[in-house]
Amino acid sequence: MQRIYLDYNATTPVRAEVRDAVLPFLNELFGNPSSRHFEGRQVKTKIEAARDQVAKAIDADPERIVFNAGATEGNVTVLRGYQVNYKEKKGRNHIIISAVEHPCIYDTAKKMAGEGYEVTIVPVNGDGDLDLAFLKSAIKDTTGLISVMTVNNETGVIYPIKEIAKIAHEKGILFHTDAAQAIGKMPFSVKDIDADFVTLSGHKCYAPKGVGALYIKKGKRLDPLLTGGHQENNRRAGTENVVGMVALGKALELATAEMSADRERIGKIRDEFERRVLAEVPHARRNGGAGNRLYTTSNISFRFVEGEAIQLKLDYHGIAVSTGSACSSGTLDPSHVVMAMCGGDEEEAHSSIRFSFGKYSKMEEVDYVVGRIKEVIAQLRSFSPLYDKFMNSKPK
Amino acid sequence: MNYTEKVMDHFMNPRNVGKIEDANAIAEVGNPSCGDVIKMYLKINGDMIEDIKFQTFGCGAAIAVSSQTTEMVKGKSLKEALEVTRDQVADELGGLPAVKMHCSNLAADALHQAVKTYMKEHGIA
Repeated sequence: MQRIYLDYNATTPVRAEVRDAVLPFLNELFGNPSSRHFEGRQVKTKIEAARDQVAKAIDADPERIVFNAGATEGNVTVLRGYQVNYKEKKGRNHIIISAVEHPCIYDTAKKMAGEGYEVTIVPVNGDGDLDLAFLKSAIKDTTGLISVMTVNNETGVIYPIKEIAKIAHEKGILFHTDAAQAIGKMPFSVKDIDADFVTLSGHKCYAPKGVGALYIKKGKRLDPLLTGGHQENNRRAGTENVVGMVALGKALELATAEMSADRERIGKIRDEFERRVLAEVPHARRNGGAGNRLYTTSNISFRFVEGEAIQLKLDYHGIAVSTGSACSSGTLDPSHVVMAMCGGDEEEAHSSIRFSFGKYSKMEEVDYVVGRIKEVIAQLRSFSPLYDKFMNSKPK
Repeated sequence: MNYTEKVMDHFMNPRNVGKIEDANAIAEVGNPSCGDVIKMYLKINGDMIEDIKFQTFGCGAAIAVSSQTTEMVKGKSLKEALEVTRDQVADELGGLPAVKMHCSNLAADALHQAVKTYMKEHGIA
């Protein structure tokens, strides 16, 4: 069966150009970049070229880029390692994050709260926008780090990180942004934002899983999670993931070159899809995005039906999507992101589906997908006790 | 653990869905905020479950266990219905993922509640 992949925010396929660029490193270019002999030097040159490509994509100096295993490693490194920048170390144990951070930040911060750190979580409103007044008022003398993502992975909502960086710096506080969903998809300059730390991930931008990078501003440091090696200028020990680095460099070089065309094309598909779903499926509601939103993502709640059931049925029809429903995640709680936006309406959070578009999405697919959604939602509602109750409570 | 073929079959082609307009035993369990609500409609004649239908808001597992449970007790006696357990339903389906055993495996509860209420109302011991 022909598959339609609408889960680009979960992961992206590796581009053919990226695959081709790494093939020599799975063949003849096998040297350890730390070795001084020819085999090693040859590879060392290539990973430095990849570092230049990554740096260029985010307007950074190459020596400020640390390659790692992905966004989770980058984010945890920042949370666990930022205090090294303060003389009064233990005194700067207050961290501010948003309510819609990825679990690798949200759950790590919550864990740290049990380990002597103080954590403030800044809420969002029904559109997914951050309460900046709350954020400002949460700042205190002990605040050491503010971490707010650039783009939310579930809704595509874009956060005003430049403004938040400024707020942080006015109080002498470090600012970090998890930009995993943004980089390669929208213009991004670490210099313009003036971020201290930026996290990015390879597999969200057509490079393989298991590689990412962390930007560390000049003059700032992070206590490494992995120690015992001089690699990455003593900032991340362990023999380099050469294939991943070369792939990430190539993927970001391509993404930068193709960004404006992609934005135009993919944005049109997403907009047409969303317009049709909201017009043609009764009781569908968009989560987030009255304001600034990335062109790749559409998050919609279908009242009276549960997300995992929708996901399974669409999968049967060849369509891959994801859900904020608890039932697919292995936990019992619905998405904390959608919950934060549904004003605590858990039923709507359980009913949410994320559609995320990318490089290989086609406008011609929209009609088929919308048709299947209408069919699946109608089927599931036909035996939903909540829908039955709703229909019977309406005045005839 | 993924869903078994039998779970997927019951999910994709649920048996006995809908309402029974002249049901004489109805029970609803679960809560929308937990992501699962199961409502059972029974038509009981004497000691026998003559007909049974369900409405379910929930994940694939919740829909499959509802369908499976109705199949297990249709045409059976009230006593037999009360002996059907959550675990038996899961076993009949070839197993459920561990996380689903508690949150979604609610159909037997709805069935028991409906039968017990009926027995109480009709003075059946």
